[in-house]
Amino acid sequence: MARYIVKRVLQGVFVLWAAYTLSFFILYSLPGNAATIAAAASGGLGAPPAALVHKLAVEYGFDKPLSVQYVDDLWKALRLNFGNSVQTGQSATSAVAQVLPHTIALAVLSLVVAVLGGLGLAIASTFPRARWLRQLIGALPSLGVSIPSFWLGLLLLQAFSFDIHWFPALGDDGISSLVLPTVALAIPTGGYIAQLLSRSLRITLEQPYIDQARAKGASETRVHFGHALRNAVIPSLTMVGVLIGNLLAGTVVTETVFSRTGIGRLIVQAVNARDLPEVQVVVIFAALVFVVSSLVVDLIYPLIDRRISLTGTAVTA
Amino acid sequence: MTHRISRVLAPVAALGALALVLTGCSSGSSSPASTSSTAVQKGGNVTVAISSDIGCIDPQQVGNNDDIAIARQTVASLTSQDPKTGAIKPWLATAWQINSNATSFTFDLRKGATFADGTPIDAAAVKANLAGIQALGAKASLGSSYLSGLKGVTVVDPQTVRIDFSAPSAQFLQATSTFSLGLVSTKSTTLSVADRCAGEYVGSGPFAVKSYTPNSSAVLSRVSSYDWAPPTESHTGAAYLSTVTYKVIPEAGTLTGALKSGQIDASPDVQTTDLPLFDGNGYTEINRANPGVTYNLIPNETNAVLKDQSVRVAIQKAIDRTDVAKLLTKYDKPATSVLSSSTPYFTSEASKLKADTKAARALLEADGWKVGSDGVREKDGQKLSFTVEYWQPSTEELELVQQEEKAIGVDLQLKFVTIAQWQSASASGSLDFLWGNLTRSDPDVLRTIFSTTGQNATHRAAPAAIDTLLADQASTTDTAQRQKLVTEAVEQLISSGEADPVYQLSTTIAASSTVHGLDFEGSSRLDLYNTWVSK
Repeated sequence: MARYIVKRVLQGVFVLWAAYTLSFFILYSLPGNAATIAAAASGGLGAPPAALVHKLAVEYGFDKPLSVQYVDDLWKALRLNFGNSVQTGQSATSAVAQVLPHTIALAVLSLVVAVLGGLGLAIASTFPRARWLRQLIGALPSLGVSIPSFWLGLLLLQAFSFDIHWFPALGDDGISSLVLPTVALAIPTGGYIAQLLSRSLRITLEQPYIDQARAKGASETRVHFGHALRNAVIPSLTMVGVLIGNLLAGTVVTETVFSRTGIGRLIVQAVNARDLPEVQVVVIFAALVFVVSSLVVDLIYPLIDRRISLTGTAVTA
Repeated sequence: MTHRISRVLAPVAALGALALVLTGCSSGSSSPASTSSTAVQKGGNVTVAISSDIGCIDPQQVGNNDDIAIARQTVASLTSQDPKTGAIKPWLATAWQINSNATSFTFDLRKGATFADGTPIDAAAVKANLAGIQALGAKASLGSSYLSGLKGVTVVDPQTVRIDFSAPSAQFLQATSTFSLGLVSTKSTTLSVADRCAGEYVGSGPFAVKSYTPNSSAVLSRVSSYDWAPPTESHTGAAYLSTVTYKVIPEAGTLTGALKSGQIDASPDVQTTDLPLFDGNGYTEINRANPGVTYNLIPNETNAVLKDQSVRVAIQKAIDRTDVAKLLTKYDKPATSVLSSSTPYFTSEASKLKADTKAARALLEADGWKVGSDGVREKDGQKLSFTVEYWQPSTEELELVQQEEKAIGVDLQLKFVTIAQWQSASASGSLDFLWGNLTRSDPDVLRTIFSTTGQNATHRAAPAAIDTLLADQASTTDTAQRQKLVTEAVEQLISSGEADPVYQLSTTIAASSTVHGLDFEGSSRLDLYNTWVSK
């Protein structure tokens, strides 16, 4: 067990390094650098004066060879110093830390709503006796997944904010401003969970041991909650890492539509301005969330199903 | 889409404009409500939506329109520019003297004016501010460009400051009216770049920063001691509003919905297609042309074909500016000069900018450009085919220009790119044409863009007569002489086809009708000093 965890942590460190390195070189290969963008931001029709661009480039350290910049930056990053935002001069870490609570609140709340909703839908789609009702409920998750969150967000705003004024359209103060973005973000995520779970529930419910339980006189409720769900939930659990990624990506759209502060908005702006320090902090944070969440999920498997062992070479579910 | 809408709405818009004229409210710089008989109500808050924020509201550093809308309210400047006449009026300086070759400027400062923290606005503070802007250097690119060639600042006495330049700088007087040279307290000039961006500075304007959350919101509160409004304002003393709240709303649909449902009160960023929603029915709109250089196609003369003046002029003559302007809001006008009509020293050159496809074709024929099998003209195996890379939301306007050029046998390929892509292409000098405008309420903007010592947008290889004209207008303080030089420079830019003005952009603020006295200052920036709300 300990060896397994050490191995996973080392893998995690590799993932973080790879994410850092990739984002560094991708941002450098994009056309336009922070110095030209900052120099041109203050107006002008033509190219910003070369002297001004050079002065900014020296300030940001872009005049050094790329390899030197990379090693310098990586060495600093190892000591959790990602440098200052080229847009505001503020420490990139604290800029991200400032907006992070807003994103976490939104993402966690959406995940909870999505999990509860997805679970509920999955059970509802296998529970009723009437076939047409099961099919009707079974179609809902695909609908949820296929609605573009951008459009969904605007639709929710139109209905519940602009027309009947129940919730504010923008901002991030208090619970009322969280309701609409949470719903917008939870619907596609909940759709995924429901799709996966209802499929594995259906498969599990056709297993011989379920027939056996039914034959012994177990009620449908007991069959669902006592026998089937525990097994059916495992494939969905594997998806949690992907779902968290989806949620983080979803905040880019949701935070823009609902004018919320958060890392989704921050990253869009940072990429546009080629603000490498801010991009790197967000990338490392996102990679860290992936690494930790998939490790936690893997550690939970044996608790749900004792047949799964972590000492083997690979964990599959 | 815009095209169809504007065609349909044209009669409605015309009626609306007529109604405005009839009620005496056509003046661009005063809102309809400010002329109404309702008494001013003090106090209250106005919530203004802006669509972007780059995380910096320091007036001496900002350069983007949305952050300027916040920063402008927090600082007073040495002078104020009258939005109606373009004349420079007193503000923190009560009077000034300029030597004959525009190298030395002496300002007499108003007595009793203070920063929001109570420290006096004196000559030493002015000196500290200019030094601070120079220290910010590249971070204060607008301000430091206004100060280029600054030789020294002398504190003559607490109420008198002299600013000397090593070369003539006639633009400097107008520059003193801008937010970029707006004054912050002496202590604020020593703050770090980050702290200043974060709004930690103490200003001299009618409002002070109360709170600022980057990318989200800013709250300004009234400075009750403010009592140095320039004569360009309609009242004196403190501002009417207690607070101003700015909300950053990046999504256009959300912004429109928020204004329509009363969650915000005003915005300068309503999309062109949504503007008709705010024309009457509980809403008002105010509009002013952006001063400076109009939307222009500027040819790159390092391109062998564009070096040919006949080609450049033919391209210019193919454009029907009136038709292009029909695609824009009812306020935007066809360009009648390289400068927009709200720029000081503007003169209309409309007669030189009439579409004339016959003349355009004749020019190209005489120059040996024959129509090829694909309809594109060619000579010696060279085709009249160019690419226009652009990042501004002006696809429809450019597509119309493209059609008009096609009619004379010129092929324009349009390529929409990100601003970052455009900037790197622009920096490498590889663009066939520059497409854009530049806001500055002084004709010196021409020198910034077209002079070989400035941005040299046309990539002219060697200085020419136009460079002399542009340098000369910068070194004269004689109004009549400067007008003559500016007009001549504009005429040369047009006749040589080095500038190809298409339309002039304007700024429109849409607001709920409970908001009164919204104004534009001389550079068409939002001015909330006279603003009040009726409850």
